[in-house]
Amino acid sequence: MSVQDKVIEIVAEQAVLEPGDVHLDSTLEDLGIDSLGLVESIFAIEEEFDISVPFNANEPTKSDFDISTVRSIIAGIETLIADQKA
Amino acid sequence: MHRVVITGAGTVNALGHDVADTLEAMREGRCGIGALDFQDVDRLSIKIGGQVRGFEAEGRYNRQQMSLYDRFTQFTLAAAKEAIAQSGLTFTGERAAKSGVVLGTAGGGVSTWDANYRSVYEEGKNRVHPFVVPKLMNNAAASHVSMEYNLKGPSFTVSTACASSNHAMAQAFQMVRSGMAPAMVTGGSESMLCFGGVKAWEGLRVMSKDACRPFSANRNGMVQGEGAGVFVFEEFEHARARGADILCEVVGFAMSSDAADIVMPSKNGAARAMEGALADARINADQVGYINAHGTGTAANDKTECAAVADVFGPHADKLMISSTKSMHGHLIGGTGAVELLACIMALRDGIIAPTIGYEEPDPECALDVVPNEAREAKIDVALSNAFAFGGMNAVIATRRI
Repeated sequence: MSVQDKVIEIVAEQAVLEPGDVHLDSTLEDLGIDSLGLVESIFAIEEEFDISVPFNANEPTKSDFDISTVRSIIAGIETLIADQKA
Repeated sequence: MHRVVITGAGTVNALGHDVADTLEAMREGRCGIGALDFQDVDRLSIKIGGQVRGFEAEGRYNRQQMSLYDRFTQFTLAAAKEAIAQSGLTFTGERAAKSGVVLGTAGGGVSTWDANYRSVYEEGKNRVHPFVVPKLMNNAAASHVSMEYNLKGPSFTVSTACASSNHAMAQAFQMVRSGMAPAMVTGGSESMLCFGGVKAWEGLRVMSKDACRPFSANRNGMVQGEGAGVFVFEEFEHARARGADILCEVVGFAMSSDAADIVMPSKNGAARAMEGALADARINADQVGYINAHGTGTAANDKTECAAVADVFGPHADKLMISSTKSMHGHLIGGTGAVELLACIMALRDGIIAPTIGYEEPDPECALDVVPNEAREAKIDVALSNAFAFGGMNAVIATRRI
């Protein structure tokens, strides 16, 4: 399964949606994922890919990890995998 | 209804091992937060905290006591010793039968859980010390205080996360005010600064990696502390009759529940607790000179708390001072309200307002006088101490100069 498919699966599970209902342009707000849901999703992503995601809930916009859309989250994870597995 | 006064105070925390050292550090705006030092700290992403340094249990407690006293109990007993010695009270006869001890803690013997889980899971041992249960139970500290000082009245432990101490002190206050007890030993303690304790907090992603900067626009989270604060609450006439030195009066309290979210704070819940404390104390909002804020340094708490203060106090919100001493001693979780009550006592008794240190950038959402970085001299008559817990459980205590 690709990184994209896996992330969509994790986000869909958190949002209680089918993966087909999660689109690359969806925002977390669109999907009904609140701050606790976000922290849980990041935990699941870290566990799945064995990476560490630099995310502090106090300053979500300051992080290099862009959470504005599903697409940006996937791109961020791909970068982290490349950096941390290198 | 009886009046209630504080006649003894004691503490152990990152700023000092007694009240005098703690208040001196608060006056000087000293930071007690630094690098954490315990086993496996290298496996944590959060490596700072308000750890108590140089507090050696060996020498204070004998071998038998050590096998029964978790660190949270050790802190409590040291703080209780100071508070009860200052009060000058001894507990015998009817006074002993009616006086008790109510303490707050969120986690109880966390480091005992941690060490023994490590022993059975990581080291594969199949046997633990026989006193693990009496050492880690949440009421262990209160029980040992009762035994040490012969307190035979109502005694128990309150656990409401970050508001535990304020809820505990509210119970003690009610008992003395109602005439149920002539005196109560009360406050709280916490000791979560061990690998498992901090690892659990890391998961929420609300901890700062560098500093606790309440109300500052660049704040990035809370920093944990540890320690205890213990007080003697005494009926006013009882204290006056024996010529006791009175530190301040406790005039009211209120509790509220947000009934909303397990971690996000509520402006309405916080405001109702502050309003309730003023009503209970029969004090007008404009009499309040100082608020010791909950002020955790998280994005959510600080803006919500400031909005609640603005709602409750109206134009007076811009005249009162509000500071968070967590910037210096860290967040003592279940013990935090007790240590923070010391800042209220200093404000009322000494006319010195403890600062919010680490303040670097104004935040328009926290546009109050947060006493940035330096303590200030001011004569005030009434001080509030706020505590707003995870789970939406709030407790505010009102104190007055005497």
